[in-house]
Amino acid sequence: MRPYSALDVLWNGLTGQRGWTRAWRDRAPRPAYDVVIVGGGGHGLATAYYLARNHGLRRVAVLERGLIGQGNAGRNTTIVRSNYMLPGNREFYEHTLKLWEGLSQELNYNLMFSQRGHLALSFDPGFRDAFARRYNTMRMTGADGRWLSRSEVQARAPYLDWSQSARFPIEGGFLQQRAGTARHDALVWGFARAADARGVHIVQNCEVTGFLREGGAIVGVETSRGEIRAEKVALAVAGSTGPLAAKAGLGKLPLETHKLQAFVTEPLKPIVHQVISSARQGLFYMSQSDKGGVVFGGEIDGHPSYAQRGGLETYSEVMSKAVSLAPFLARTRLLRQWAGVVDMSMDGSPFITPTPIPGLYFNAGWNYGGFKATPASGWCYAHTIAHDAPHELNAAFSLDRFARGRELDEEAAGPVPRLH
Amino acid sequence: MSGFRLRGHAAPLVPFTWQGRAMLGAQGDTLAAALLANGVRTVGRSFKHHRPRGIMAAGEEEAGALVTLGEGARTTPNLKPSVVELEAGLVARAQNCWPSLRFDLGAVNDRLSPLFAAGFYYKTFMGPFADTRIWMACERLIRRAAGMGAASPLPDPDLYDRVHGHCDVLVAGSGPAGLAAAREAADAGLDVVVAEADFALGGDRLSDRDPQELAAALAELDALPNVRLMARTMVFGLYDHGVAGLVERLPAGAPWRERLHVMHARKVVAATGALQRGFVFGDNDRPGVMSAAAARTYVRRFGVAPAREVVVAGAEDSAYAASIALAQAGLDVIHLDAREAAPPALAERARAAGVDLRPGWVPVRTQGHALGGELRGLSVGRHLGDGRARAETRLPAEILAVSGGWSPSIHLTTQARQKPAWSAELGCFLPGEGEVLSCGAAAGVWSREGAETSGRAAGRLAAIALKATRRRPLKDADPGGDEAPPAALWEVRPAGRAFHGAGKAYVDPLHDVTADDVRLARQEGFEAPEHMKRYTTLGMAPDQGKAGGVIGLAVLAVARGEGTGSLAPTTFRPPYAPVSMGIFAGPDRGPGWAPVRRTPFHAQAEAAGAVFVDAGLWKRAWFFPRPGEDLTAASMREAAMVRATVGVADVSTLGKVEVQGRDAAAFLDRIFANPMANLPVGRARYGLLLREDGIVLDDGTVWRLAGDRFLVTCTTAHAATTAEHLARWRFRWPELDATVDETTEAWCGLALAGPRSRAVLEALTGADVSDAALPHLGVREIEATGAPARVARLSFSGERAYEVMVRPEAAAALWQAALAAAGAEGGGPYGLEALDILRVEKGHVTGREIDGRVTPGDLGMPGMASRAKDYVGRALMEREGLLDPARPVLIGLRPVEPGAKVAGGALLHPLGAETGRGIGHVSSVADSPALGMRIALGFAAGGPARWDGKLLMAKDPISGRDVKMRAGPPCFLDPWGERLHG
Amino acid sequence: MRLTCPFCGPRDVAEFVYEGPFSGAPQTERPALSAAPAAWVEAVFLRDQPRGETRELWRHLHGCGCFLDVLRDTLTHEVRAVAFADPADAAAMRAKP
Repeated sequence: MRPYSALDVLWNGLTGQRGWTRAWRDRAPRPAYDVVIVGGGGHGLATAYYLARNHGLRRVAVLERGLIGQGNAGRNTTIVRSNYMLPGNREFYEHTLKLWEGLSQELNYNLMFSQRGHLALSFDPGFRDAFARRYNTMRMTGADGRWLSRSEVQARAPYLDWSQSARFPIEGGFLQQRAGTARHDALVWGFARAADARGVHIVQNCEVTGFLREGGAIVGVETSRGEIRAEKVALAVAGSTGPLAAKAGLGKLPLETHKLQAFVTEPLKPIVHQVISSARQGLFYMSQSDKGGVVFGGEIDGHPSYAQRGGLETYSEVMSKAVSLAPFLARTRLLRQWAGVVDMSMDGSPFITPTPIPGLYFNAGWNYGGFKATPASGWCYAHTIAHDAPHELNAAFSLDRFARGRELDEEAAGPVPRLH
Repeated sequence: MSGFRLRGHAAPLVPFTWQGRAMLGAQGDTLAAALLANGVRTVGRSFKHHRPRGIMAAGEEEAGALVTLGEGARTTPNLKPSVVELEAGLVARAQNCWPSLRFDLGAVNDRLSPLFAAGFYYKTFMGPFADTRIWMACERLIRRAAGMGAASPLPDPDLYDRVHGHCDVLVAGSGPAGLAAAREAADAGLDVVVAEADFALGGDRLSDRDPQELAAALAELDALPNVRLMARTMVFGLYDHGVAGLVERLPAGAPWRERLHVMHARKVVAATGALQRGFVFGDNDRPGVMSAAAARTYVRRFGVAPAREVVVAGAEDSAYAASIALAQAGLDVIHLDAREAAPPALAERARAAGVDLRPGWVPVRTQGHALGGELRGLSVGRHLGDGRARAETRLPAEILAVSGGWSPSIHLTTQARQKPAWSAELGCFLPGEGEVLSCGAAAGVWSREGAETSGRAAGRLAAIALKATRRRPLKDADPGGDEAPPAALWEVRPAGRAFHGAGKAYVDPLHDVTADDVRLARQEGFEAPEHMKRYTTLGMAPDQGKAGGVIGLAVLAVARGEGTGSLAPTTFRPPYAPVSMGIFAGPDRGPGWAPVRRTPFHAQAEAAGAVFVDAGLWKRAWFFPRPGEDLTAASMREAAMVRATVGVADVSTLGKVEVQGRDAAAFLDRIFANPMANLPVGRARYGLLLREDGIVLDDGTVWRLAGDRFLVTCTTAHAATTAEHLARWRFRWPELDATVDETTEAWCGLALAGPRSRAVLEALTGADVSDAALPHLGVREIEATGAPARVARLSFSGERAYEVMVRPEAAAALWQAALAAAGAEGGGPYGLEALDILRVEKGHVTGREIDGRVTPGDLGMPGMASRAKDYVGRALMEREGLLDPARPVLIGLRPVEPGAKVAGGALLHPLGAETGRGIGHVSSVADSPALGMRIALGFAAGGPARWDGKLLMAKDPISGRDVKMRAGPPCFLDPWGERLHG
Repeated sequence: MRLTCPFCGPRDVAEFVYEGPFSGAPQTERPALSAAPAAWVEAVFLRDQPRGETRELWRHLHGCGCFLDVLRDTLTHEVRAVAFADPADAAAMRAKP
């Protein structure tokens, strides 16, 4: 892999861009690998990269049904933060944020991770105290976080509704300055390029249609391009987890598959500097991209779906929040809406775990938050696959936690996916 | 010479302002038409390269320049001048240029653009350090440069409307096909809506030479009672189950700016027409380069000549319609046809109109004025096939009208998941078949007669599908209809060169994506269309690829050596064109964001001086300040008053559910963790309900009004979820005879609390409410101030207390009487904050403790979880994680230094081990008048058993205050309940 | 998206709440209260992953409040059938003059 640099950009600019080569190779599959990762999204590619980098595995393939990065990796609202509280979540998301901070250099790919801060708005004392507990926990466990008074929030976000007539007046907010947004495609391509450079095979247009078994173990996959044997098969197919896990024989799973919509406005000169989030009348989150579009979203549509197709009723839900919090947005025009299919787990937390089936590993259940988790997810999943046991950081993300009464219910909403 | 108004275009003048200059347009103009008529050529600067751009189209495919309209809070950026209706007083200005449109410093980017190739930013701006510093420094500059127009950060002062509508047939588009379809469906008696995005109905017929015919057709249609013609109304999206999203722009002076129609249509006909696309050549973006169809529209519909000297460069037949129209308007027209042989009949007509026809020639590169860059001529060459040409000679031109082919607007059918297919013959995607019917140019039918035939056929099919007619389907028109097939021309490239090099050839002018960018993406492995689009950002600009999407796909296919025999369809996401966000919110915005719930006592509480606080959607009386009092002072006084005499509080927001039936007692016994079946009639009991997973859902009281009649009260915050919980379990236990009805708003209530509360209750009821007649936890249905009332002796404060519930119509009398009686006893109203102080002093829990994470044991109430019966949540409460002895348990905390103020959310640590997340947290605090200090409730691993009397540090880095506290049991006051019975 | 409530008629999906998968009989939705935790873990936390047609329980929460038995396709969002989930509601509807 020839490293990218400013000098290279300059030189190629002067010489007609002739020097650039493929960022990653689209390989034909080999008959056998040590590890086959099913799913060429961010998590799958990151896992392959860390398997090669941290664990020295060389015969690793990522099998992607279509093109890499076209699922949730390319459909999210790109928020990166670590404001999680529960033991298990807290350490994992802090690890991911730390990986993010040095990831552009590590991958030699500009992920445009911009730590402009994440501001969770507070409207009432109950919310403030609940979040004070969360941010105190963050502060006591190595993360940053602070309370901003109403006037401090207003100074940072003068476009929010500060009027007397606001239905829910903003009383302040919690800021995590190290949080922010990144470029979602860059994360996919950066991991793909770095993994490819370490010998990982990225195989596109290769749909896994079944699993090869010997005894009780899984020893490979059947694909649209033939059988591929592997010592270990690792799923990373959020949004398609249910059908594939069923084929693998995992049976019922503690998750439901839902659709989540996202929206972007026409490009505007910068107005929204931080990531803004609110939990009033349901979730809302927004940021403004470097191209100028205000990217925002709310909650899932509320019923299981495998269609990347949202309903008009959700527009109204989300946009009532958008234009009530930031009244200038009423005049701003919506440019595009899209929908992704997400794994909603029964406690709102993910799974990175070996399975009861030898040779099969499981990464799923990312709910609203898979994008930010990508580096640590890959890091931990690679460890889990290489060692056949979870790392301490993902030990809590097991499948049997429900049977043990060890749910990781960050929102304290109970076993109802639409409430997480 | 630049654009001018043609003679004979008689329309009233409309004054407007462009770039601070007063101008006159004509009624019926778009802003683009008016600008062209005023000789304006450069309208804005491009996104990345800051190249001067002009008007390139006459519709939503406008990719030339976006403008900003209005001022102050009504500033609206990024509008396409080609679709902005000219109104008197309109104020418009150019965007993305500084200090001026003509001298734009950002234009240096054009010089630097060799560096700004596709995806260059992924390769640089990282810096050597393993952090984000360098990138963020660079990003500051990048953000400043990006973003197109500037919005006003001020609140939008305009209002938006949102309505639901129904129709049998929704026809999108009012061109020849749409009107024909509407007529056919209407004749079958169907209720038809025709939605037209333009401010004028008629589509392509607006460019007819004789406007009378269209006017007559419209008048006829409009006269039908079952047809609604809606101009200024765009169908922006189709959703599941026949839901269509329509946005209507309302005229100035209407109460709303725009309106969302959520239209439930039984059948949708897409008569959305087609967009003309150009093809790519060197510097194809100068002001003066526009689509041939647009040039024709400006001449014919608006009576505006975009310039005198015109070159039309076409690769297909419809370019002739443009050159003929322009020549007939008296303009000098040279027509280059990329095809070797011109279609004979059209060629003859063109020549007869005075067109200088040159078959086999193509433009290679344009030239512009040194300063502004506007078009002044072009190099042309013989077409050597496959887009190859060598610049051979120059032609002067002020307008270059380009036609590469047509792209049917298949957005709506694609949104309805009808997969489009590529037609190599027509050089376009044709809509997929399915529920949504397509007709006219939207179905690739180019001719006027064909479009009308196809429209009628679609209208008939809609009528048949809706069983409105027994007639047979009509014969549809075939797609196409041109005299000669189009040349598959996507790009003219200098022969023998792989890249354009210096002369930039734009595929997507709005995002400054060039054909070379597309090829570079492929070279770097972004060779699939979806990857290429993401890498180059092609198609992501405000036109969403309407101008360049198909060309980009074709350029990519050619670069991959695949030819353009088959292109993969792209996805179109709603909305079809940008729509204001305000329409979706409609009235649910600002103060109307969410409904306000007020209790029946609200007005009286307000009159008594209450300050209200939001509790969910409710406004609850928070405190009743006397002059000079703040929240703390008032609430402490109120709490002290309750303990000294009596207080009256509004508790109407408590959730209320009535459970009735033979098995009502058995039902509640299964629902609650503690026994309920043995509750005697006339008694109330405190209870805990668990979720299925064993976590406490809520707490509340159960009043047994009769053997088969119960009232369940629950907390304000959980009223809805608890009512749903009960309804769900009633459904799951059909064997039980019980009904569940939420009656939260059917009753309102006051709490009377304090040692003198009985006197108040006596005054209200006139009944015997002595301890014998109404003991602690007694329930009675009696009259209060002459109205039926439900009274229970229940206490949240630890004082003798009663809850009195009446119907809302009796609220005013009850409040007045209660306040009068309380006043007589030296008491008065108290609010939510005092209620909270009183309960913290007693260690009673609320939502701050029942936070969705606790078991009955965590609340210090293991005894409430019955061992003698089964109930919802018991099974899963017996999982290991919920029985873990290390779980935090409710404790009370008082500061070591009496003046120290602990805050909610502080983390509890054993002294000397003050790192990490600690052993628990502070959940509630209260400035207790009874104890004279700020006390707190919280949770600590091991609970009072482990920590009673020991010191804990409440760490609170968020507020910066750490408070040393002594732990104990959660109850601070009257642990034996003497006051309750006293 | 719309659902046709058998009591109220066609309504916007925003009026309804998705409750979960539906077995077809209210009384088999959950194990007996006395059942072992394992049976409850399965009922409360574990789900089949129907990609295509599925039977679901919905409630017309912001309407008549009835529980509804909905046959729906999770790939196309097509709603094949909506019926009362509670036999008592169905009987009451039939008994209506």
